[in-house]
Amino acid sequence: MTRISEIFTTMEYGPAPESPALVNQWLETHARSFGHYIGGAWREPHGGERFPTLNPGTGQELAQIAQGDQEDVDAAVAAARAAYPEWRALPGHARARYLYAIARQIQKHSRFFSVLETMDNGKPIRESRDIDIPLVARHFYHHAGWAQLMKELLPDQVPVGVVGQVIPWNFPLLMLAWKIAPALAMGNTVVLKPAEFTSLTAIAFAELCDEVGLPPGVVNVITGDGRTGAAITKHPGVDKVAFTGSTEVGRIIRNATAGSGKKLSLELGGKSPFIVFDDADIDSVVEGVVDAIWFNQGQVCCAGSRILAHEGIAERLTEKLRARMEHLRIGDPLDKAIDIGAIIDRSQLEKIRALVDQGVADGAKIWQPSWSCPSEGFFYPPTLLTEVTPSATVAQVEIFGPVVTMITFRTPGEAVELANNTRYGLAASVWTENINLALDIAPKVKAGTIWVNCTNMFDAAAGFGGYRESGYGREGGLEGLWEYTKAAWLEEAKKAAKHAPAEPAIAPGFDDEDEEEEGVAEALGGGMPAIDRTPKMYIGGKQARPDAPYVMAIRGPDGALVGEVGRGNRKDIRNAVEAAHACKWASATAHNRAQVLFYIAENLAPRADEFAARIRALTGGTIVEAEREVAATLDTLFYYASYADKWDGHVHHTPSRNVTLAMPEPLGVMGILCPEGPPLLGFVAAIAPAIAMGNHVVAVPSERWPLLATDLYQVFDTSDLPGGAVNIVTGRREELAQVLAAHDDVDGVWYFGSAEGSGAVERLSTGNMKRTWVSHGIARDWYARGSGRGEEFLRQATHIKNIWVPYGE
Amino acid sequence: MVSDSPADGRNPGMPLDLDWVRSVQANLSAIERRAATIPGRRSVKKEWQAAWYLRAITCMDLTTLAGDDTDGRVRRLCAKARFPVRGDILAALGAQELGITTAAICVYHHFIETARRALEGSKVQVCAVSTGFPAGLSPFPQKLAEIKASVAAGAQEIDIVITRSHVLTGQWERLYDEVRAYREACGEAHLKTILATGELATLRNVQRASFVCMMAGADFIKTSTGKEPVNATLPVGLVMTRAIRAYQERTGYKIGLKPAGGIRKAKEVLPWLSMMRDELGVEWTGGDLFRFGASSLLGDIERQLEHHVTGRYSAAFRHPLA
Repeated sequence: MTRISEIFTTMEYGPAPESPALVNQWLETHARSFGHYIGGAWREPHGGERFPTLNPGTGQELAQIAQGDQEDVDAAVAAARAAYPEWRALPGHARARYLYAIARQIQKHSRFFSVLETMDNGKPIRESRDIDIPLVARHFYHHAGWAQLMKELLPDQVPVGVVGQVIPWNFPLLMLAWKIAPALAMGNTVVLKPAEFTSLTAIAFAELCDEVGLPPGVVNVITGDGRTGAAITKHPGVDKVAFTGSTEVGRIIRNATAGSGKKLSLELGGKSPFIVFDDADIDSVVEGVVDAIWFNQGQVCCAGSRILAHEGIAERLTEKLRARMEHLRIGDPLDKAIDIGAIIDRSQLEKIRALVDQGVADGAKIWQPSWSCPSEGFFYPPTLLTEVTPSATVAQVEIFGPVVTMITFRTPGEAVELANNTRYGLAASVWTENINLALDIAPKVKAGTIWVNCTNMFDAAAGFGGYRESGYGREGGLEGLWEYTKAAWLEEAKKAAKHAPAEPAIAPGFDDEDEEEEGVAEALGGGMPAIDRTPKMYIGGKQARPDAPYVMAIRGPDGALVGEVGRGNRKDIRNAVEAAHACKWASATAHNRAQVLFYIAENLAPRADEFAARIRALTGGTIVEAEREVAATLDTLFYYASYADKWDGHVHHTPSRNVTLAMPEPLGVMGILCPEGPPLLGFVAAIAPAIAMGNHVVAVPSERWPLLATDLYQVFDTSDLPGGAVNIVTGRREELAQVLAAHDDVDGVWYFGSAEGSGAVERLSTGNMKRTWVSHGIARDWYARGSGRGEEFLRQATHIKNIWVPYGE
Repeated sequence: MVSDSPADGRNPGMPLDLDWVRSVQANLSAIERRAATIPGRRSVKKEWQAAWYLRAITCMDLTTLAGDDTDGRVRRLCAKARFPVRGDILAALGAQELGITTAAICVYHHFIETARRALEGSKVQVCAVSTGFPAGLSPFPQKLAEIKASVAAGAQEIDIVITRSHVLTGQWERLYDEVRAYREACGEAHLKTILATGELATLRNVQRASFVCMMAGADFIKTSTGKEPVNATLPVGLVMTRAIRAYQERTGYKIGLKPAGGIRKAKEVLPWLSMMRDELGVEWTGGDLFRFGASSLLGDIERQLEHHVTGRYSAAFRHPLA
């Protein structure tokens, strides 16, 4: 039998390798050894140290990569700093031209980049060729447009400065694009460190930047391991850190940058649910699972690694999955006829093995195809774990390999409960032919991206990023641009703050009840003694005594006692957070939230004189000033009432037949540490945007002048604000701030106060990686547009969820 | 994966199961996405490609369905069906002993006799389109009579067209009864049911019609007449493939698939063969269970085979005309 007649009979697939010749030639040109790209020039690593980068498909060394040390990072940051003023000053159109040129170059060299990516990373050539590299080009095209339009669409924003970016090994060039394109578009300069396993496409990209004539220092590429990354994130010359990688490292970075004033965006791990209802197109679901967990060997932060299947179809789905897995082909990543390539490194392979072993030991039933993996290189077969319980390790931790678990559910409610039973919140996939069900489930799942009847869809026009311990910030779309800009007023305020003393951490003007009390007599009216007023905490819509009956005396400017408030402690915060969770305010309609905010203003207005008098008693200001504050407060309530039903999302133009809904969702339960003053306006301007967006707030009012906040709860009571939507805990602000920041069931914290207090909040937020927004001691003018109120408050009170809904019958 | 298969027997059909028909789900976007990755996920090169092309020829229903067909034209077609590839090319490929022919030739009733004589002694089947092809709207008794006449004239395979309006209006019982009657009229001849998918509007309809035809006893389900504006596409093929798999899982019977119309280039057959192989198994890459309905495809495959042998790109005139 001849060769051809044999194949004619068996219909086997033969090898179909993509040629590595051009990439090898490029590597040889560089003698398989690379340096850092700093200030537009290639430099030897300062310490002279290099390490090998391997081809995971063969285990063979591809090249030697420079290990960056502190001096290298210093040089790169200095180069980026030097390039920044000119780059930032370029017209948007000029930056757009550079980004456009990069996009074109990527397209022209697309096969080179695809082959290089596959050789360095081990992903199938089909994926780098058909998915990664086209998305890279698309990202630069899209952001060329944002550069062009920045001035018009973001008139109040300025660049952040020098950005330090640390990216992972699973989508090396794509993650580079997600980081560099928006940074450059918005006028920042960057120092980027690729992952140590996959530096080569970043190096080739640096060469490409050279080719298009990008000004030196705008993009700097430093290679190295985690030490290099740490040097970048800690560098005092870096204004913003952007990181994609593990939650573990994200936590370290949050800690290291806390209090530094650096902006931070984190895209971290995930354990994304893949929810299958009983009316789904099951054959398409099976292909969805292939795209969810056997894409890039499952080394995808948003991989649908937890199948939640309706109990009635679980068995059929399992059978179909097994049959499909049997037909998957694993092998040489450069082969054009394989589905699954190589795991990045032996260490990762061992981690996957250990976790699967543990899953089996915990009682999971394992299924793998009958065929075996190649013996050379790092390969792991597609794996299905059934009979997994939610408590099993494999159901909770990110495996980052081609391993999917299956758990069954009975009802849509239970599916949501299981989906949200995770610390992560990156993405979710929902499969049903019932649009009512799909659009009911999508908002209920806590994740930054929801794919309806599809999975792992990405586009430059749609923001990507997480909830919970999956990080914060978005990449892509309009929502991604905020990470690379800051408010223009803030830049001015920062400059001014350099020449002025910072806001004090502890404000004067209060003392503790155990200290000697003075001036009580002055507080009494002439003749009849005033009726004692006891402001309480306000928790769950009820006035509540402090857990420990201690009070703080609140005095006027002359030292006279104006009142006493409870000194809240951690248990009061605990109670307030529980009350906030029990509230249903988030499900009120936007119209309803607007009505309530208007109504608060309506009920405050008749008491304007009383509030003005209280402000005067506390601050000693003039009547004009006090009346101005009350008027501004009413205006602010109207302002956020107006926005409540107008902070719309977007429908992004992603290039496939679907609607991509970018919906702002409230963060959840927020802790808000209100500014010291102005006492009434500061309190209202801090909490109103949060509740307008549907958050449930635990507010700690000004420590010095809390009585305006406690006076206000009577107004809340008469304004249909449901109990628990706003909770007020008075007391030592720094102390309470730390309890809120450390609380694992609080989703976000705003802190308007000292630099030290800001740092503490950021540091303590790492428990659940909650979102923080802190002022770093920069005072805000609460009467000014931008600094005192504006869209930034609404953005900080929401995160964007992108829901992809393909359509067509 | 399949329960006890009743050997390789011919599909006897089954009672119409309307619950099954109506429970069909076919998500267009997801199906299109899967279909779009099939060509990118599989690549067949060198000797493998040559072997796969030979296999494609043996799955071919070489077709002429034109108003100006004549006996002479049909005889030429039959000669091509018996010897689809130049002998020197086959020899160079080491494929002479494979006895490559097309699976069938496909003609109008009028030419069955001519074809049968021209193909005498070969394994090439004679297939006739029937039941008022292509619109299928002739009087029902006439359509049955047409099938019977074609079978009597020696057709071994009958390609019928279903009444699209039954699908578009959801009259599944009428569709079932119609196809059931065709099946009976066919007797020993194999029944291929043309769904005319380009006129069924949705993939859900395609899948439902596929099920009804199989339940009514179809041996093959076929995409198109070749006369609709849209013919055989991979998404449609994928839906029909999935229906075939589901039918086999349920009944044990293997139904064939015939994409027809619009497949003209050699490279287009590879994703089809990959899809059949990966979705249903190697068995579905042979003429018993898979057919391409095509008229000009063969010429392109010949050129690719010659290129494989010589390393030079070939020209159409170097290969004998049908």
